[in-house]
Amino acid sequence: MHQPTNIQELQDIVRTSQHIRVCGAGTKPALSDGATLGTSGMSGILEYEPSEYTFTALAGTPLSEIRDALAKNGQLFPFDPPFVEAGATLGGTTASGLSGPGRFRYGGIRDFILGVKMVTGEGRAVFGGGKVVKNAAGFDIPKLVTGSLGRLGVLVELTFKVFPTPETWTTIRADFSGIQVGNAAMIKLAMAQEELQCLDLEPSGRLWLRLGGLSAAVASRVDRVRNLLLQAESNVKIETLSGNDDAQLWSDVREFRWVPENHQLIKLPVSPAQVVQAESLLTTVSFENIRRYSVGGNVLWLAVPETVGRDEVDRLCQQLGRPALALTGSWSDPQRGPRQGQAFADRLLKVFDPDSRLNFVPTA
Amino acid sequence: MSSESANAASHNVAAFFAELSRIYQADRILTNNAQLAPYESDGLTCFRARPCGVVLPETQQEVIDTVKLCHRFEIPFIARGSGTSLSGGAVPIENGLVIAMNRLNRILRYDAQQRVAVVEPGVINLKVSQHVAGDQLYYAPDPSSGPVCTIGGNVAFNSGGAHCLKYGMTSNHVLGIKAVLPDGQVVELGSDSLESVGPDLTGMFIGSEGLFGVALEVTLRLLPKPEKYYTLQAAYDSLEKAGNAVAMVVASGLLPGAMEIMDRLSMDAAEAASAAGYPKDAKAILIVELEGTTDEVDAEMPLLHGVIEESGAYTVEAARDDEHRLKIWKGRKSAFSAVGRLSPDFIVQDGVVPRTKLAEALGEIERLSQEYGIRVANVFHAGDGNLHPLVMFDGREEGALHKAEELSGEIIRLCIRLGGSITGEHGVGLEKRMYLGEMYGEDDIEFMHRLQGAVDPQELANRGKKLPAATAPALLTRGAHPLEKQGVIFRD
Repeated sequence: MHQPTNIQELQDIVRTSQHIRVCGAGTKPALSDGATLGTSGMSGILEYEPSEYTFTALAGTPLSEIRDALAKNGQLFPFDPPFVEAGATLGGTTASGLSGPGRFRYGGIRDFILGVKMVTGEGRAVFGGGKVVKNAAGFDIPKLVTGSLGRLGVLVELTFKVFPTPETWTTIRADFSGIQVGNAAMIKLAMAQEELQCLDLEPSGRLWLRLGGLSAAVASRVDRVRNLLLQAESNVKIETLSGNDDAQLWSDVREFRWVPENHQLIKLPVSPAQVVQAESLLTTVSFENIRRYSVGGNVLWLAVPETVGRDEVDRLCQQLGRPALALTGSWSDPQRGPRQGQAFADRLLKVFDPDSRLNFVPTA
Repeated sequence: MSSESANAASHNVAAFFAELSRIYQADRILTNNAQLAPYESDGLTCFRARPCGVVLPETQQEVIDTVKLCHRFEIPFIARGSGTSLSGGAVPIENGLVIAMNRLNRILRYDAQQRVAVVEPGVINLKVSQHVAGDQLYYAPDPSSGPVCTIGGNVAFNSGGAHCLKYGMTSNHVLGIKAVLPDGQVVELGSDSLESVGPDLTGMFIGSEGLFGVALEVTLRLLPKPEKYYTLQAAYDSLEKAGNAVAMVVASGLLPGAMEIMDRLSMDAAEAASAAGYPKDAKAILIVELEGTTDEVDAEMPLLHGVIEESGAYTVEAARDDEHRLKIWKGRKSAFSAVGRLSPDFIVQDGVVPRTKLAEALGEIERLSQEYGIRVANVFHAGDGNLHPLVMFDGREEGALHKAEELSGEIIRLCIRLGGSITGEHGVGLEKRMYLGEMYGEDDIEFMHRLQGAVDPQELANRGKKLPAATAPALLTRGAHPLEKQGVIFRD
């Protein structure tokens, strides 16, 4: 596997290779199996000025390194990226377009990326976006590469916007009697003025709500949320978690520690209105599955045994009318379901990668 | 052009209009001079161009058919909303067609539970928030032209506003777009979910200044309205102190919804226009707005006051109620048009500098202002380093426009040199194309041209905007937009 240490080396490799498939730390093997190029030689934070709310780092930089640097200055990734403990890199997370449960409050990774330096399929170095928090010049290439799965270029350097970390966190767990009432409560809380950081729902009807802010306001804010939950179901069981319990809980969620061995993890964007439909589908399918609705019912995380193949996933996509992305397991093409805007994407792709060198997928 | 090809061209235009009249009744095709005049310019009145015609579609299909027709006849076109662009982005293409989108102004779907609204591009920005207010929801991007500008224009230029630090720009609030590409092909980008799979095509389309085609439907993300706003206005005896106060607020860990600074000159202007009641001797005022749940804002208030006191503010005034808050914002938002009271003409710039370089940038602008002997008023989104220097001049004076342009150029270059951007929210349009190549490298510009070429090989869609190296229409005199003079629209 090639391990370039600078952009010139990378350009040379791309220009002289027939196929390039990039791997960061390999935390999402469905997206990187059979990689020909690694980014560990291009790692490190290049610029971080806390008072700017921005940092620039090389694509191979582990998220944990950036998280620690941010934490020392009381800041965090507002999009709450997954697989941080597992070793995920900034570039891999960007290319796979992943955000965690905390994206509920302010937005996902596409909302916080500001700039990108990359090498296209022709071996050209291209810079898009900027390094300041606000910029409307040029085409928004940084957004375009978010979620592009390495098809548009090899990411080299990325600039992101960050935010201050709330002084304190508290999580509320509410056990509703079932998915219907749990989902209704979730929708109600998503519309309310409570400024929740996370809003996740489990199929049992268990709702998780996370608050962040000043300690002086926490107790009264928790009370307000509790009242809203009790209005949704008068005998709902409510507990609060704080400190380490709160931190551990959300770490387990974003690291997907709830996914059992020999299961593959699939992301399905959905809408809150689809949760009940998805539940009725997934409780009647022939294969075992474990799932979690995150971001106020905007994403369904699905864990299915490795024996479940693309036909089953494609059918599910079709029934829900949504695309899916497999993150683990072995897939000839991890992107499933409908692909919208292909006519637009194809035209852009011709410029980024005219010879189709990028993201060569090994044949199974 | 030889007389033969000129004949062919006019024959082509005649045939084009014959086809257009199969789509539109006569009263929805404008071709005479009096009808075309209002479409010749936009919020940046110094650029003008005469289109060959204006069509007024009422349905998406009419827009699609029109774009197809333009493609077939190779007639360049621009889709236009309310024409409030401050960068010349909505100026027509000489002899091209204007597709006026204002009649596509339906809210097609509103789902409060899902917090989304699907709207047509001619819907007015502020109408969206008004439409959903009953559910305590709102649409966050708030350009100062919000009462008149359209969502389609916001999408094309990735419009901002005063609350971008916390909530981002238009692109952060658009989940999906149905668009017609420049050859008439219709694409659906994104969806109604906050999450997606694959490259962010919606994000790429937004801010493309019309070069990638015309939006037909836009899916907007709505947010719960903050329960409480707390707006304070602090006066300083120097601009530098106000700038430092912003850095101190940021360092405190607070995340205000907005932080704005006005200098003395812009206060004088606002005062002349609306008697906003600014302290007479202040050199700068800082507006900071906290927003959120009542409990959280109540807890943040003493923290903010501590920081502001420490920053050396000599008077601090907090909004007593909603009315007072709106008055503070009105003073701020009307500052630009109010500058018209101090100067017959002015150029507004939109550069961004890193927040830590704010004081340096302002000092340098002051120096340039003295060197050129031209007054520059400063109103800016301090939280995100987005400057709006207003370069004042009198277009009737020989060479004054040219000199003001030169000074503006130096300010733009200053922003680039300090590591910022040539535009924070107004877009490149016609006005800043020559600076794009200084912000990006030659290779990057060439790459952008290739992207445009791949989407629109004939360069029909809003040709000549955004990217450098295209012929610009004649530069005329500067001045306030007619609507601006009436106080209907404001500049951010």
